[in-house]
Amino acid sequence: MPTTASAAHAFADVTTSESTLRRFLHGLPGVDAVGLEARAASLGTRSIKTTAKAYAIDLAISMIDLTTLEGADTPGKVRALAAKAVNPDPTDRTTPTTAAVCVYPDMVTTAKAALAGSGVKVASVATAFPAGRAALPVKLADTADAIAAGADEIDMVIDRGAFLAGRYLEVYEQIAAIKAECGDRARLKVIFETGELSTYDNIRRASWLGMIAGADFIKTSTGKVAVNATPANTLLMLEAVRDFRAQTGIQIGVKPAGGIRNTKEAIKFLVLVNETAGADWLDNHWFRFGASSLLNDLLMQRQKLATGHYSGPDYVTVD
Amino acid sequence: MSEKSEQNRLSVFKTYKLYVGGKFPRSESGRVYEVTDSKGKWLANAPLSSRKDARDAVVAARKAFGGWSGATAYNRGQILYRVAEMLEGRKGQFVHEVADAEGLSKNKAAAVVEAAIDRWVWYAGWTDKIAQVVGGANPVAGPYFNLSTPEPTGVVTVVAPQESSFLGLVSVIAPVIATGNTAVVIASEKAPLPALSLGEVLATSDLPGGVVNILSGKASEMGPHLAAHLDVNAIDLTGADADLARELEIAAADNLKRVLRPRTEDFAGAPGTDRMTAFLETKTVWHPTGSLGASGSSY
Repeated sequence: MPTTASAAHAFADVTTSESTLRRFLHGLPGVDAVGLEARAASLGTRSIKTTAKAYAIDLAISMIDLTTLEGADTPGKVRALAAKAVNPDPTDRTTPTTAAVCVYPDMVTTAKAALAGSGVKVASVATAFPAGRAALPVKLADTADAIAAGADEIDMVIDRGAFLAGRYLEVYEQIAAIKAECGDRARLKVIFETGELSTYDNIRRASWLGMIAGADFIKTSTGKVAVNATPANTLLMLEAVRDFRAQTGIQIGVKPAGGIRNTKEAIKFLVLVNETAGADWLDNHWFRFGASSLLNDLLMQRQKLATGHYSGPDYVTVD
Repeated sequence: MSEKSEQNRLSVFKTYKLYVGGKFPRSESGRVYEVTDSKGKWLANAPLSSRKDARDAVVAARKAFGGWSGATAYNRGQILYRVAEMLEGRKGQFVHEVADAEGLSKNKAAAVVEAAIDRWVWYAGWTDKIAQVVGGANPVAGPYFNLSTPEPTGVVTVVAPQESSFLGLVSVIAPVIATGNTAVVIASEKAPLPALSLGEVLATSDLPGGVVNILSGKASEMGPHLAAHLDVNAIDLTGADADLARELEIAAADNLKRVLRPRTEDFAGAPGTDRMTAFLETKTVWHPTGSLGASGSSY
């Protein structure tokens, strides 16, 4: 893809060797942790009501990657999830569809068949998700499998062990290799597992590393560890994509995943997007929520706005 | 010396707070209203709950329902008895609050509080007996057992009595939770302090958070939202005046809530089982008896 080529081109000097890459990443400005958290918290106090709330709810629904990543996933469960993605609220056909359904690679075929013709995309995790502890050929085969089965988007995990050990070039080359495998057949989301990166500085470095290596999306977490998407780490990543576009002209998406369970939190994230990256990102091509239970809460709030009555879990599907 | 230091001592006023989900939040709206005694003297500020507090209370009650309705009847009885034990220890405070709220003498207020404590004990005893009274084995013409058992209705909104601020309150809360329901209680508007203090007792009585949620404020403000709430299964209108009760019953009909209409009631009298059965559903199951199968074998 031309964008990737130009990103690689713009940072060709940075990625020539381990030491230049380290110098670049460690040369990024340090993160003011207190300021970052305060900024995220203050943006979370915005009051979004009435028509703005209705807009935000529909936007949030359309940004969801409806996710099931369990060992116990069955084709039946994936089909049920796909049906929900296409028609989230059967009592109200004006409800938008979700952006995508996110599954393990072996479920891509099932999801693809269930979503045929709906416009809802199929995202597949790959590269030995969620730990990422496998050799590169295994990760490439995992990715190739998912794409061959019809995945429109690939959610890869970075090798946190290598990243934390400072082997940035290895992480870079792995992302670049997976990106090459995706080519223009699938958009690549790169998961950093921010909960395992320990510091905000590391999250900023990982963001730039991912973007330089050709990610189409940067994603906070797998949803499999204690700390997942938080307003602060998402704000940090939004700043990274904003700065990256200012520097290179290339727009990259952001996907917080895990731990966003209700409408209020989702709307706070949308405020972060609008105030940090800008309105250009308020679209499901550039911003996603990795979530499953969030959708039910959004639907209940949507019903409340439509009917004036508080709704309850009896009126949405059990996942 | 001690008298002197008491005179110099600053008053420590109590901040009355709501009891929702096992916690003591202020109203989300930040509002309070003045609560006076029966002669109009200021007693305290109580939170003036908003519809969002009510919504949060319903979420807490729904969350608590699975565990509470799934607890054994015996265990629920133990916990309700524990509430009575905790109340006994704080009797003085409640006598004081009831005397202020209802304009009773100390002795009369003490009698009311004791009756309320005995009411908890009474309902604690009923938890594992109500099923035998209203459930049973039904006769059927076939090789089956046919069993009916009472099941809790779910989340119940209770508009507590306006006049009887403590005995009346206990008499409407205890039967709702004894059978495994969870409750969202709108306390008496003019005398909410005993109810808010009851929250503190419930919090220390092994009662899981969210089983009882106590809101102070206007029933006319929160009632319509709770009556129309799709996740509330029943509403007890005991403390609603005729107009409000009518309005709430209409709103509740829209979503098929179970409704207990207000009626004239003497809370000092024997309570009977009506208030428990008002919020019970009957589940009937068929179960094959022993001798079945081609060979007539039993299992």
